Amino acid sequence: MSKPQNAPGDVRSKGLVDYLNDENVRAVLYQIIAIGLIVLAGWYLVSNTLYNLEQQNISTGYGFLDLEASFEISETMIDYSAQSSYATALMVGLLNTVKVSLLGIILCTIIGTIFGIARLSSNWIVRKLATVYVETFRNIPVLLQLFFWYALIPGAFPHPRDALEPIPGVLLTSRGMYMPVPEPDAAYTLMAIAAVIACAVIYFVKKWAKKRQDATGQPFPMFLAGLGIFVGFVLLAYLVGGAPTELSMPALKGFNIRGGYNISPEFMAVLIGLTVYTSTYVAEVVRSGIQAVPNGQWEAADSLGIRRSVALRKVILPQSMRVAIPPLTNQYLNLTKNSSLAVAVGYPDLVSVSNTTMNQTGQAIEAISIFMSIYLGLSLLTSLFMNWFNKKMALVER
Amino acid sequence: MSENAKLPPLPTGTFAERAIIWSKKNLFDGWFNTILTLGSIAFLFWLIPPIVEWAIVNATLSPTIEGCAEASGACWGFVNANLRLILFGTYPFDEQWRPLLAMILLMGIICGSLGGVKYPGMRKAIIPMWVIGVPIIAILMWGGVFGLTYVQNSYWGGLPLTLILSSIGVIFAFPFGLLLALGRQSHMPAIKTVSVVYIEVIRGVPLITVLFMASVMFPLFLPDGVTIDKLLRAQIGIILFTAAYLAEVFRGGLQAVPRGQFEAGDSLALSYWQSMRLIILPQALRLVIPPTVNSFISMFKDTTLVVIIGLFDFLGTVKLALRSDPAWTKYYVEGYAFAAAIFFLICFSMAKYSAYLEKELRKGEQR
Repeated sequence: MSKPQNAPGDVRSKGLVDYLNDENVRAVLYQIIAIGLIVLAGWYLVSNTLYNLEQQNISTGYGFLDLEASFEISETMIDYSAQSSYATALMVGLLNTVKVSLLGIILCTIIGTIFGIARLSSNWIVRKLATVYVETFRNIPVLLQLFFWYALIPGAFPHPRDALEPIPGVLLTSRGMYMPVPEPDAAYTLMAIAAVIACAVIYFVKKWAKKRQDATGQPFPMFLAGLGIFVGFVLLAYLVGGAPTELSMPALKGFNIRGGYNISPEFMAVLIGLTVYTSTYVAEVVRSGIQAVPNGQWEAADSLGIRRSVALRKVILPQSMRVAIPPLTNQYLNLTKNSSLAVAVGYPDLVSVSNTTMNQTGQAIEAISIFMSIYLGLSLLTSLFMNWFNKKMALVER
Repeated sequence: MSENAKLPPLPTGTFAERAIIWSKKNLFDGWFNTILTLGSIAFLFWLIPPIVEWAIVNATLSPTIEGCAEASGACWGFVNANLRLILFGTYPFDEQWRPLLAMILLMGIICGSLGGVKYPGMRKAIIPMWVIGVPIIAILMWGGVFGLTYVQNSYWGGLPLTLILSSIGVIFAFPFGLLLALGRQSHMPAIKTVSVVYIEVIRGVPLITVLFMASVMFPLFLPDGVTIDKLLRAQIGIILFTAAYLAEVFRGGLQAVPRGQFEAGDSLALSYWQSMRLIILPQALRLVIPPTVNSFISMFKDTTLVVIIGLFDFLGTVKLALRSDPAWTKYYVEGYAFAAAIFFLICFSMAKYSAYLEKELRKGEQR
C-alpha cells in the first residue's frame, strides 16, 4: 500500500507539498482531523446539555441512586419495598431481566432444536408443520406477539374467584398462574449444596472414565452413572435434612389468591413471546448446522460399525455445534436485548424500572447510561462465554 | 449407506399406486414415523376446524358493535369499521388519499429497488428513484405547497408511517454504514477504533434504549431554542441504529472480495477512493444485497418499537383503534391478527425474494 519514499541519497529537501503527498503524513493528518471533528461535536453536545440541564435545574451525577425510590414493583426476586433506594430498584429490574432472559434462552433452545430437526424430518407432514411454524412466527414483529399474548392471558382465563384448576394445586386465572411450592426449609439449602458437590464428583469421575477409555478402550456408562450420582446425592441431602413435605398451596383468600408461587401474566407474555419468536431463529440455526455436516460423516461412522444413535451424538452433533455456536450466540443476545420490550407490557425489567426512575427524577442521561452499560456488559459477558465455549469446541488441527 | 447407490424406482403405475408409494415413503416409513403422522393429523383436526369456524364460518363483517355481539365468531367488523384509523392513524380524514398515495409510491419504489438489484442495467435507476421519490412523498405527507393543506407530522400514523420510518431508516443508514464499514477496515488506528466502538456499542444495546436516548436525550443535546419533533428524533435513532448493523453486513462483503483485487487497484496507481469506487465496492455491494434486504426486513419489524415512545405506527394505530371505544377492546384478537397478517405478507414475501436473489446472484460463481 505504501508509496516509495524518497531514497536516502535524495539531496533535495522536502517541501510542504512533498509532505502532503506522503501517504503516512496524510494518514496522521486525516486522523487528527477526524478526531478533532468528533471532539468538537462531543464538546458542542456536552456544553449544550450542561446548559440545558442548568436551565431545567437538574443536577448531574449518580447521587440519586441512594434516594428513596417510593414506587412499588410488582415482581421482585430480592427484598424490595417503596422505601428502598433507586439502586435497589434497578437491581430488581436487572434480576427480572436476567430471569426472563435465562428462561427464554433455555426454552427457545429446546423448542428451536425440536423444530430445526423436524424441518429435516423424512416425514412430509412433520416437515411442513415445522416450516409453517417457523415462517409464521419469524415474520411477525415480536412486539406484536408480546401484545397478543398479554391481551390473551387476562382475556382467556377467569377471575381468581372461579380459577381453572387443570392439575390439582395449579390455578389458572386472569392474574397469572399459581403453583404450589415447598415451604422454606433448611433441607433445600442442603440439597443445593449436595447438587454442587455431585457436579464436582461427576466431573472427576468423567475425567477418570476418559483416562480409562483412552488407556484400555473400555467405555464407561457415564450418563447413567452421572444421573445416579446426582440423584443419589440430592436425595441423600433431602433425607438427611428431615424430608420436609410442607407445601405452600395457592388458595383463594378474600379477593385474591394467596400462597404458592405466582407467575404473572406480564412475565408469561414476555416469556412466551420471546421464546416463540427466538425459537424460529434457533430452528434455522440448528437446521443449517446439521445440514453443514457432510453426508460422508454418516457414512464414515456407518463403515466403522458405529450405531446411528451413537454416531449422531459423537460424530454429527459435535460438528454441527461448531457451525451453530456463533449464530446461536447472536440469537441468545438478541433474546436478551429483546427482553427490554417487556416495558411495553409492564413487566418490571431493567428498562421499565429505569424508565420509571427517569420519569421521577429527571435524571435521563444517568438512567440511560446505566441501562445501556448494563446491556453492553451482558452482551460482552455472553459473547466472552460463547467465545470460550466456541474455542473449546473448535476443531483442533495439527 | 449402500441404499444410496441404488437408483430410485421410476414412478410408474396409476396415480393411486404412486400416491401409495409416496405416502409409504414420506408418511408411514417405520413405526415412529407412523405415530408422528397420525399425531400430526390429529393435531391438525384439533386445530384447524375451530379456527376456520371462528375466522370464516361464524365471523361477521358488520361494522357495528351490535353486529359483532350477535356473531359467535370473529368480529372482522372491528377492522372494517376502523380500517382507515388503522391504516392512516389520525391523519385528517379528508386528506387520507395523500398518505395512501405516498404509501403506494413508497411501496413501488421499494419493489422497484428490490427488482432492480437483480438486473445490472436497472441498478442505475435505483438511486434516482429514491432521490425523486422521497421529496414527492414528503410533499404528499406534509403538504403546505401546491394547494395541499399543511399536516403536522404528529398526525402521521399507520402503515405509511411504518414504511417511511423503516425505508428512510435503511436508505439514510446506507452511506453511514458504508463509511463505518470502511472505517473498520481502515489502517488508520484512530479511525478504526472510532468505527469499532460505535458499531459494537450500538449492536450491544437494544433498539429501545437507542429510541429512548433519541426521545429523551436529543432535546438536551441541542442549543437553546432549537427543537426537533418526536418523529424526526425517532427517525434519527433508527438511522443511527441501522447503520451499525448495515456496517457489519458491508464488512462481510468487503472481506469476501479477494485480496488480489485491492492489490490490483494499487498496482494501477488508483487512489484509495478510486479503487474503492471502481473495483472493490461494486463487487462487495453485489454480495451484500441479500443480507441488506434481510436487514430491511428486521428493521421493518423493529419499527413497531416506536409505539413505546408514543408514536402511532401500524401496530400503534391498531392499539389506538382497540382503545377508541371500550366496546371494541375485547376484539383484540381480530385487530392483532389483521396487523400480523399484513406484517407477515410483507416480511414473508421480502424474505422469500431475498433467498431467491441470493441464489440468482450466486449463479455467476457456479460452473
